[in-house]
Amino acid sequence: MIEPVLSVKNLTTHFFTRAGIVKAVDGVSFDLAKGEIMGLVGESGSGKTVTGFSLLGLVDAPGRIVEGSVKLNGTELTTLSDTELRSRRGREISMIFQDPISTLNPMLTIGQQMKLAIDAHEPLSARAAETRASELLTQVGIPSAKARLRAYPHEFSGGMRQRVAIAIALLHRPALIVADEPTTALDVSIQAQILFQMRDLAHETGTAMIWISHDLAVVSSLASKLAVMYAGRIVEQGKTATLLRDPRHPYTAGLIASLPATAKPGTPLTQIPGTTPSLLSLPPGCPFAQRCDRATDRCETEPEMTLRDSRGWRCFHPVGQPAEASV
Amino acid sequence: MSDARTPLSRFWAEFKENKIALVALVVVVVMILLALFASIISPQNPYDLAKLSLMDSRRPPGFVGSGGYTHLMGTDPQGRDLLSAIFYGLRISIQIGLAAGFVSLTIGTALGITAAYVGGRVEALIMRLVDLQLSFPAILLALVIVALLGQGKAQLISALVAAQYAYFARTAYGAAKAERGKDYIEAALATPLSGSLVVIRHILPNCMPPLIVVATVQIANSISLEATLSFLGLGLPVTEPSLGMLISNGFPYMMSGRYWISVYPGVALIILIVAINVVGDQVRDQFNPRLRK
Repeated sequence: MIEPVLSVKNLTTHFFTRAGIVKAVDGVSFDLAKGEIMGLVGESGSGKTVTGFSLLGLVDAPGRIVEGSVKLNGTELTTLSDTELRSRRGREISMIFQDPISTLNPMLTIGQQMKLAIDAHEPLSARAAETRASELLTQVGIPSAKARLRAYPHEFSGGMRQRVAIAIALLHRPALIVADEPTTALDVSIQAQILFQMRDLAHETGTAMIWISHDLAVVSSLASKLAVMYAGRIVEQGKTATLLRDPRHPYTAGLIASLPATAKPGTPLTQIPGTTPSLLSLPPGCPFAQRCDRATDRCETEPEMTLRDSRGWRCFHPVGQPAEASV
Repeated sequence: MSDARTPLSRFWAEFKENKIALVALVVVVVMILLALFASIISPQNPYDLAKLSLMDSRRPPGFVGSGGYTHLMGTDPQGRDLLSAIFYGLRISIQIGLAAGFVSLTIGTALGITAAYVGGRVEALIMRLVDLQLSFPAILLALVIVALLGQGKAQLISALVAAQYAYFARTAYGAAKAERGKDYIEAALATPLSGSLVVIRHILPNCMPPLIVVATVQIANSISLEATLSFLGLGLPVTEPSLGMLISNGFPYMMSGRYWISVYPGVALIILIVAINVVGDQVRDQFNPRLRK
């Protein structure tokens, strides 16, 4: 088996608030190979963004990574000092944020900002930096890149700004990019364009990518594998195609059933009853049990991840499987 | 669509649309020019005591004095040509207003951005001091400082700075705090870029628009505060009257019909301050996207 670029084991990030401990990420594990794109899906508050921030060591107080390991190209990131982490951020591991308005400085031209991002890690001459910057802008699909380097962010549309953000994330050819809902704020048509370009870029550059989204439809067209998060845990993970065709966890099944595309026109959309439980006071056992129509007494203890055929699920009563087979 | 013109030329095009602001700008420029070339255009050097004749004192506008020229605006109690005194007074007012404005801008901005960037105890200390100071009337503070330091331009400027830096600190702090929370600052700070570079390239430029607006208002305020202090006799030496002191000098004669000694310098002061404020308002409107058409 090929050595994974990123290996996350039992990652646990808690927020120590006055109201109590919020277990935002609770034992998340996954591997990511070179050039592979993983979709991290889940509803709001499921811990997907905190997972992404934890990978970069960007969790602010009162939050803290309490245990687990994040290995990037064999280097353990969770024990690195702040200085060592800074020297890796932007070079080996990058992030793309959700809001393309606040990711760029409105007072500097795109070229000036890209130069700053280059200089942060390896100071280049003005000319070399310009060449590198315009190459990347071209790569992310910005026409007449050289001229656009002299433009200010307000002269770009939202989609174009997000492309610039992606280009900046790619400047140092990082091994991993964490993209936190980067297309959520964009038009559907622009979204599709960017998704396909990202897929090609990951292939070309060998950059592994974690695409955080609440939109299963978006992620499924891009990612080769999926991890579904619920209440700080990955409840199901596996190849995108397998997961969509044949979900095991009732929550995944619920998500797929509630996609508008699967509904017959004129019929009400399917929804998962109830809301995400508060992470402050999670009941013992399976966190989804209260919303699950398959739950039994057994669900009062928490199910472990069942691993089979390169996929996994955390459920005693998986969908599409006879009950006894799940043990 | 992208606009081929530079941001500055776009700003100017928008500024030109407001005719009142344009007139005000012309007035400000003319007054600055009058102040700059006061020594050339004034018929008399009002600060040269040897040239003054008491025979010419308190003469009405149009009087031809011992110098052989007409005093267009009359003379003051020391026999100064009032027109010349106003030109020289404008020079002092504008000099002190600009100097105090820029020094307070620098100090206040540095304090405000430091507070917002460093945070924690430094932030609490700086901003509570600023709050404390804002609870005093500016004129009171300036009075105390001038009384302590004595007369002179430098002392006057320090008093004005002490009274006004707090407004800049507040504005800079608010703007920097808002900017600090944005993703691009967080991202820049997450890399090995030095903190001072982030402050200079990212935070400071984004705090400038509100600071420029406060600066125009505060320059006008400095000028009027200087006039107030001079009026109260705490400004510059009596031998070099500024506009405020001219008003004060003429004050005892107001009721005896010699209105011009106080009124003309007063009118000059009002025109200057109103013009600066109108320009400042237009600049503010243009920086505030919500007020934009």
